[in-house]
Amino acid sequence: MIADTIIMVCLGIGLLFNALGVLGILRFPDVYTRLHAETKTTTFGTIFISLAVIVYGAARVMEGETGTYLTLSVHTFVALLALAFTNATGAHAIARAAHRSGQVPKPAVVDRLQEVRE
Amino acid sequence: MIAFLVTALFAYLVYLVLTAGSGTIGLWSQAELIAGGGISLVVAAISRKFFCRTGEYRMANPLRWVLLVAYAAVPFFIEMARANIDVAYRVITGKIRPGIVKLSTGLETDFGVLLLANSITLTPGTLTVGVDEETNDLYVHMINIGMGTETKESFEPDDVFALFQFPEWIRRIAE
Repeated sequence: MIADTIIMVCLGIGLLFNALGVLGILRFPDVYTRLHAETKTTTFGTIFISLAVIVYGAARVMEGETGTYLTLSVHTFVALLALAFTNATGAHAIARAAHRSGQVPKPAVVDRLQEVRE
Repeated sequence: MIAFLVTALFAYLVYLVLTAGSGTIGLWSQAELIAGGGISLVVAAISRKFFCRTGEYRMANPLRWVLLVAYAAVPFFIEMARANIDVAYRVITGKIRPGIVKLSTGLETDFGVLLLANSITLTPGTLTVGVDEETNDLYVHMINIGMGTETKESFEPDDVFALFQFPEWIRRIAE
């Protein structure tokens, strides 16, 4: 029963932050600020959805069903690590490519990278 | 030789994690234990030059991995949650003040800079756009720069992180 509550809370938080990420893509003005919303907020949401899967698997293992459910939890955890690393790398690659191809952050109060490049 | 052993051991550990729950010796079946040994030897023979490219074995110390897990679970996660709520607030209200600033890190190793850059990128509100490869300074896009601080030539970690000092943790983990 406790496990069910935890799963529901995790799913709720995850969906809330994923929805906010989508809203951010629509509301923010340029590529960099949109990257903040679409890559990071959705990662946080997906981490919580994955946590719900891990808790579900762990709860089944506690009840005595080993095997498949342990594998489910472990593999979801590995997917979580892969998600965290590839998401950071991917967001950085997109931002760097955007800046190199001449997308200036707009609006922006300061741009030190552009000053170095000139 | 050390590179081969380190790579084989790491590959075997990963194999054991992925096949947990397959049998009765501990959590593994006999077939998986033997197959994992063979496969990790093959993997080590092929990939040892990529895996241990720098020729340094600081990260083979298990204490550093324990610290890395502790760092990911406590300070990083709390900072990430705080920043997520902050960005959620900015999504709804639209109050942003973005810009790219220079962050002096003081880190020396490639792995340390990688960890810090990834931590910054995964924390909402801050995004690593570029890295100065000579001085290891990072160029960070921030969604909300404090009033008046944009004239600073280079930011210190205090200006970017609100609750925890990531570079201090990463220096302990990676250097």
